[in-house]
Amino acid sequence: MLFKLWTPGIWHLVLGIGALLVVSTLVVTVLQKWKPQWNLREVALRIYAWWIMAFVFVLAVGAPLWAALTFVCFVSFVALREYISLIPTRKADRFALLMAFIAVPLQYFWVWRQWYGMFIIFIPVHAFLFIHLKMVLEGETKGFLQAASSIQWGLMITVFSLSHMAYFMVLPQNEPMVGRSLLLFLVFLTQINDVAQFCFGKAFGKTPILPKVSPKKTVEGFLGGVLTTVSLAYFLAPGLTPFQPLQAIAAGLIISVGGFFGDVTMSAVKRDLGIKDASNLIPGHGGILDRIDSLTYTAPFLFHFTRYLYF
Amino acid sequence: MALHQPNPFAWWLRKVLVRWLVRPLVWIVLGPSRVGAGLPETGPAVIVANHNSHLDTVMMLSLLTRSGLKRLRPVAAADYFLRNRILAWFSLNIVGIIPIQRAGSSDPLADCREALEKGWILLFFPEGTRGEPEQRTRFKSGIGRLMQHFVNVPVVPVLLHGLGKSLPKGERVFVPFRSQIAVGQAMTFNQKGETLTQALEQELDSLTAQLYLPQWD
Repeated sequence: MLFKLWTPGIWHLVLGIGALLVVSTLVVTVLQKWKPQWNLREVALRIYAWWIMAFVFVLAVGAPLWAALTFVCFVSFVALREYISLIPTRKADRFALLMAFIAVPLQYFWVWRQWYGMFIIFIPVHAFLFIHLKMVLEGETKGFLQAASSIQWGLMITVFSLSHMAYFMVLPQNEPMVGRSLLLFLVFLTQINDVAQFCFGKAFGKTPILPKVSPKKTVEGFLGGVLTTVSLAYFLAPGLTPFQPLQAIAAGLIISVGGFFGDVTMSAVKRDLGIKDASNLIPGHGGILDRIDSLTYTAPFLFHFTRYLYF
Repeated sequence: MALHQPNPFAWWLRKVLVRWLVRPLVWIVLGPSRVGAGLPETGPAVIVANHNSHLDTVMMLSLLTRSGLKRLRPVAAADYFLRNRILAWFSLNIVGIIPIQRAGSSDPLADCREALEKGWILLFFPEGTRGEPEQRTRFKSGIGRLMQHFVNVPVVPVLLHGLGKSLPKGERVFVPFRSQIAVGQAMTFNQKGETLTQALEQELDSLTAQLYLPQWD
């Protein structure tokens, strides 16, 4: 375990997350007693699931590199499996789908070897070309374009995008916790942005922002998320990141706007398929795709922002 | 042929294998999501499921509780599962199958009746074969004929989806797909065997309608 290497910035954030969870659990428990008519069961379930997700994630950030990478790899695998199980697929593509699954551990192997060149082209070039080649050799042309594109889309979202979270941990760094602090910064702000958008939307939401894709998202919720995330980014950046104040504000903007895009993109997919949640894997939240949707945008955005400026 | 009694060591090995190997693997690779009523924990009882894959039995083994697992006996084709000695030993003692003759037997269900009398939980696939991936065929009449002797024994219909995509009949390549399991309300035999078979099929139809099942062709 690497807990003894944790910087004060990491400890402060982890304690802050703990305090946030304790307070929200207390508030929701009391409200359930006092105002049973508000029907807060779903919210309570969601908070319990947050406890578990926060615990597992913090444990992973404090674990040795191989374990932390295996964890992110497993998240990618579960997300890809959920995606593949949701979309229409063809019997002829079973082997091509297996190839897509084999690409998951390979992508994280490149991360482990710190092979940036391979990491950045593997899914968009090699997986892209070879999986389609296999589908062509299989000889089934009916629905080929649809199937080929939807498999590649899933790989890009669930494997390529998410693996940027893992690459934070292997960026060349003098101090052992630099990358992991950035990863904590990214994931905490992305999730808090989701929660803030939801809460501000519930409290003040009037003007729909993208009614055809996600009728419940509002301009007020979006702005509340931006405000929360940017100010948190400003205060957290000195302890967790190398960012200067203006860069911290830019990072906060990237995360809140990117998180919104990721969220509505997954909403568009679900609306297209005619479903509400991707699955019932996480009580109160839906599927894993419903939870990582924002990260699929924020992880690559923040990664390349950071890499361009500092690594 | 009298009903095979699995030996106690094999039955212990089966419990250990399911709990420490099969169940974690099923959870990691297939990510089952289950909705609906509970599965039987005591015998005699019958679980009736649609059949598309060898994984159907594996999945049912890993879904049952400790007491349910102890009593579960899948009903399976003798010509397939007893075709060589190693497979036969494994099928009879670890999976705990009750082999039935699919053709040329005057009373293929005799062992199943004996098993119910002894309080086992039967896992029954009334389609009789795995068939085409993720396509349900009409139930054969065997389940109705069996249950007319056991009018008070509960029959639990279970819908399995996704396993036939992961490992369909005749394929060697395994592909991870999430599997969905919907458990229906337990029912009992009502007068005519035909009605029970129909009621079970209707219950599976209504369970199918409740799930989101993407196109697969």
